[in-house]
Order: sequence, then structure tokens, then C-alpha cells
Amino acid sequence: VKELLSLPPSQRSHVLLTMPLHLEEKRNLREAARAPAGTPAPLLSPPSSPQGCRGLWYRLLSLLRAARPWHYALKQIGGRFGSSVLSYFLFLKTLLMLNFLSFFILLAFVVVPQAVHPPASVSPLPFTGLELLTGGGHFTHSLLYYGYYSNITLNDPCGSSPKGSVCPLAHPPLPYNLPLAYLFSIGVSFLVTCILLVYSVSRSFRESVRSSTEELAIKVFCTWDFKVIQRRSVKLQCENICTQLKVEELSNAKHPRPQPCALSITPLGPAARTEPCSGPRVEAVLLVLPLVVSLLNALMPYLFNFLAMWEKQDSPVTQVYVAIVRWAGWGCGGGSPLHLWQAGRLWGQCWETCVGQDLYRFMVMDFIFTLLDTLFGELIWRLILEKKVKTKRRPEFDVARNVLELIYGQTLTWLGILYAPLLPAVQILKLLLLFYIKKTSLMRNCQSPSKPWQASRMSTIFITLLCFPSFLGAAAFLSYTIWTAHPSETCGPFRGLETIYESGKRWVLVLEKSNPNITWFAWVYQNLLENTSLLFFMSVALIAVIYFNIQVVRGRQRVICLLQEQIANEGEDKAFLIQKLHSVCRHKYRRS
Amino acid sequence: MGDEAVADWGICPLPEQQPQAVCARWSQHSPAQPCLSHSPVCLQANPFQHRICRVFSTSDTRDDSMSFEDFLDMLSVFSDSATSDIKSHYAFRIFDFDEDGTLGRKDLEQLVNCLTGQGEESRLSSEEMEQLIQNILEESDIDKDGTINLSEFQHVVSRSPDFASSFKIVL
Repeated sequence: VKELLSLPPSQRSHVLLTMPLHLEEKRNLREAARAPAGTPAPLLSPPSSPQGCRGLWYRLLSLLRAARPWHYALKQIGGRFGSSVLSYFLFLKTLLMLNFLSFFILLAFVVVPQAVHPPASVSPLPFTGLELLTGGGHFTHSLLYYGYYSNITLNDPCGSSPKGSVCPLAHPPLPYNLPLAYLFSIGVSFLVTCILLVYSVSRSFRESVRSSTEELAIKVFCTWDFKVIQRRSVKLQCENICTQLKVEELSNAKHPRPQPCALSITPLGPAARTEPCSGPRVEAVLLVLPLVVSLLNALMPYLFNFLAMWEKQDSPVTQVYVAIVRWAGWGCGGGSPLHLWQAGRLWGQCWETCVGQDLYRFMVMDFIFTLLDTLFGELIWRLILEKKVKTKRRPEFDVARNVLELIYGQTLTWLGILYAPLLPAVQILKLLLLFYIKKTSLMRNCQSPSKPWQASRMSTIFITLLCFPSFLGAAAFLSYTIWTAHPSETCGPFRGLETIYESGKRWVLVLEKSNPNITWFAWVYQNLLENTSLLFFMSVALIAVIYFNIQVVRGRQRVICLLQEQIANEGEDKAFLIQKLHSVCRHKYRRS
Repeated sequence: MGDEAVADWGICPLPEQQPQAVCARWSQHSPAQPCLSHSPVCLQANPFQHRICRVFSTSDTRDDSMSFEDFLDMLSVFSDSATSDIKSHYAFRIFDFDEDGTLGRKDLEQLVNCLTGQGEESRLSSEEMEQLIQNILEESDIDKDGTINLSEFQHVVSRSPDFASSFKIVL
């Protein structure tokens, strides 16, 4: 009680929270600490109002918590299938949040202003249902693609008059320069995504780097998942743990693992298309390429799984690593050079819209194939197992493959955000539908995983994969496009410029001329952003910090070993002293 | 009961759960009486249910019945916002089957039997059990006295990032 009294009142409840005592005792302590003898009760605050305010605050908090989406669904999934399958759905939720952020930034600064001031209209083609699949037709000249956006200051009434003529109307008070807004919104959304991803990676890395898989004690004390409440799942968990423990016993002498001998197959990029993208052709033919790529994408994992069975990998961790390497090989060969090809061949036409349409088609095909995969891989397989083979076994939910599919879809979104600003909205719709479909299929068709799974380490791997190859690759392509690609002459917010980056440079010059007070801004821009030596110094500093941290970690590990030896020695000393004391006491007792 | 619960929220780390949900769950089990004489639904399939009820029950008759405060205590320890210190402290008490303050060989044997289930084919043989317990003690008993005390347990558990998320019950 004395300790509690010495703390300020705001900290008291915090300390009470962290004490492992029973509720009654905590209540008594709180009462004792609140009204110490001798101090008069403060007149200004009657004792009931802090209670009332706190009650109101907690009620508000609980309302906010009730508004949390999918809380009950996630609880059901965790209760029946455990943390491993739950990690897939949590990853999906993370992706949804990232897409929402990008979408709102682009919506607020680019899409809505353009929608309010539509450009000189190109007559839109009539809407047929095929547009939802191909992204062309009616959608070509709409807010969905880059080509629709104008390159003028939006609320300037002189914007569309020919250059050189004197404009009699006054300039608007707040000129809204759409090309700049476009460039900066995309930059800001990427920056925000980057910060969030790096923060998540560092947080989950810090948590998972502490564990080591081989420790038996950790397995025994920490693997029981208390969230699981269904009897059948509990029984499965018991069987899992039993198998794990038995396997650990047998393989205490480590056998060398067989090296994966099947090489990763890196296919060449998809064959170059020969027809131009905007022509009077049947739009359905354009679906062929994305169809083929998605088909191969869907079949590759089964091929890899087959090879993995052949290689006899025992833990899912190694399986996932190998699958990732193969996947990365496929991914690099697969989608990336596509739009540079297009950019190379279609000068003079609106190539950005074509690329945007391609990426839209890839996304739609990917979604359709995921649906088909769920249908055939889970539903039909379960029916086959039940009716034909007549076993009680059901298919398992393959977390690694599903997560890699999510990452692929997200990479497509990030690649396409420059060419189709509404692509995050499409991705959001896709993820929402995917959540409900996967959850329904999981509940009806699948059984709990039969192999041990470390949820936190897997989550770290997934988010690291999302950050490093996926996001970094997309950001690298975006930077390359902004810096060097020549925007098309006939459409888009950057028409007529050499590169997209030039619009930023011109703006800085205009700023410098118009307002001499902020020359420091232009100076900062020229000497820091355009100068490469700053980048060099920053990299050197980063490498030095990383090296320092590695040395600190190594030193700490050595100190831990030494301390453990010291504790063992002190234990022996203590046992020895106690024995000595006993013998002395016995001696004395015998003498007396 | 609702007002009491809200008033105690400040010392009970449960901001995630709604007080109404907790009260509703409680009245589902024991509509009129203040005590539960059986385990709550969220624990009924759990092999540690008896230990959990024993640890959290404060009834004088030692019949492991849980009052509403005990239930609240239990949920707060198993919630997201309890610190890992509190969780490991209660986990130690739950795993200490003979309640002598340390995890000895007998405690570890009973723990492993709970984990592997009740079926005959899923139990470990006595040699495997001996070997397993020997390995566990080698890894976690730092002062080499043959038992695992609270600090050693907390040290082992702090190295596992999965502990906090698996020692959780969602209401």
C-alpha cells in the first residue's frame, strides 16, 4: 500500500493492472490507497464523478470495439482451426487496410477533383457486360485509367484557351494543378505504405527473432492454444502435440536434410502481343494472355507441391522457403517486363491506358482463378474424398499458397496504381469478396492443419515478402517510369512533357519565380534531392547503424552465456553451503 | 452487476471485451446464483479446465466454484491486454499440479499427459516420458536443483513469441 501511495494517482491504476493478484485484493488495495488517513477529501471533485466519467469512457470504448469488423468471424476461425489459418485472414485484413489508405488518398486528391471538372468529352462507348472482365470498351475513357485525366489547372477558366492569348478573366484563388496532384498523391500513398510496411516488419521481426525452434521446453509450455474451444479441434491439437514430441525424441540426433534437387523453373516472360491495344477488334481476344498467365500461376503451385512431396521436406517452414524461391523465379520472369514492352512499342498511342487495362485484366483473371481453385481444390476434392474414396479426411487449407496469391494480387495493384488510379478500389472489392468466400469454403470443406506451425514466424515471413520483393519491386518500377519513361502525347496528365518527373521540376522553378521568400525551398530541392552524395551518406550511415546493432546483439549473447554459467555455479555453491550447515547443525545436536 | 463490472474495469485489464458481453456470458451459465459449479463453456473442451477453475476460484469451501469476480479475473488474465508477466505467472500456477510452488517431475509428467490427450495410443511410453522430462529440465533448470521455479519458467516463456497469443481466450 505504501508503494501505491507514493505514486501519482494516474499511475496507480496502471500498476494495479500489472499486479498478478485477485480482483478482491486489488479492490481493497485501491480503496486503501485512495483515502489515506489524515488527508482531507478534495472539495472540488466529488467521489462519484470520476467513476461516472470513467464508466462513460469505457462504454464508449466498448461501442468502438463492437464496431470492429469481422471480430466474430475471426474468433470462429481461430477457435476451430487455430492460429495458423487465422494468420492468413489477419494478413488479408492488413492488406485491406493498406489498400483503403491508398484509395482514400487518391480519391480525395485526384479522382474527386477530376470527376467534378470532367474534361472535354470523348464520346464514351456503350456499356456491355464484357467491360467488367476486359477493362476496355466503356471503361477506357473513364476515371479508371490514366488517359482520362487532364493536364491543366482544374478550376482555372483560362486553362483551355490557346497559349499566348491574354486571358481577361481573373486567376482563381486556389489553383488546383492536377498533374502535380496526381504525382504527389501517388508519391504520398507509396510513402505511407512504405512506412507502415517497414514498421510492421520491424515489429514482427523483433518478436520472432527471439525464438528458436529446437527448444523442447518452449514446445511443452507454449504450444497449447487456449483459443481452440471445439472438442474435435482440441483432440486434433492433442494428436499434433503428441506427434511433435515423439518426433523430437527420435530426431534428437539431427539427420542431415536432403537437399532440394529439383531446380526452380524460371519461364520466360509471356509472349509479346502483336495487336495494338486500342483498335476495332473483338475485346474478348484480349483476355487470352491474362488467362494463360493466371492458368500457369494456378497450376505452378500444384507442380511445386508435387516436387516438394518428392523431396520429402518435413517442416512447413522449409517447404515455404523453397516455394518462395520458385515463386520468385516465376514472378520475375512472369509479369514485370510486360509493361516496359508495351511502353517500348506503342509510342504515339495512349500506352499508359493500355498498361492499366492489362493490369486490370490480370487482376480479374487472378480473382477468377482463385475462385476456381477454391471450388476445385476444396469443395470438389472434399466431395471426391467423401463419396469415392470414403475417408473422413478432408482437404487442408494451404496457408502458404493462399498468402502468396494475395501477395501476387497486391503486387499487381501497386504496379498499376500509376496507370489506373482506381485500381485499389478494385483490389478492395476483390479482398472483401475473397474473405467471405474463403471463410465459407474453410468452414464447410477443410480440416485443421496436421503439421506444426509457428504462426508468428510465418507472419513475419509473409509481411517481409510483401515488403521486400513485392513492394520494393513495384516502387522501383514506379521510380523508373517516373524518371525515364516518356509519357504519351495524346492523353493523360503529363502529356507534352519529356518525363513525368519534369512536372515536379517545372513547379519548383515556377515557385521560385513567383515567390522570392521561399527560395530556401528551391535550394533544398536542388542541393538535397537532386544531389546524389546525400544518398551516399545516408546509405553509409544506415550500414554503420546496422553493423553496430549486430555487434551489440552478439555481445549480449556472450554475456547471456556467461551469466548462465554463473547461475549454475552459484546454485552448486548454495547446495554445498546448505549441506555444510546441515552437517554442522547435526554435529551440534549430537554433542548437546 | 453491470455497474460493479464497469467500476472494476480500471483494475482489470479487459478493455477489449464489452462489459455487457461478459455479463451476458455469465448469466448464460448461472442465471440466478452467484457461483458456477461447473466450468464455463469456453473451457469445457480444455484439458486444463480443472486447474484453471482451481487457480481462479476463491470460494471458502474449496469446491472450485467460480463467482462472477473469479470469472472476470480469469477472462482478464486470458485477454489480449494482460501483460506477459501476468500471463506467465498464472500459467505457472495452472501447470503446478501439486501446488508446491515449483514444477517438479510429477508436475511435468501430468502436464505432458494433459497435452497429449486421454487416448491410450496418444500417451507417451514411460521411457519417452523420462527422456522428455530430462530434456526439459536440462533446458530450463538454470540453477540445477531439479525443479523449475517461477523465474526460470518466466525466462523460458519470454523466449517464445507465440505464448501471448496462444494463452488467450476470446469471448
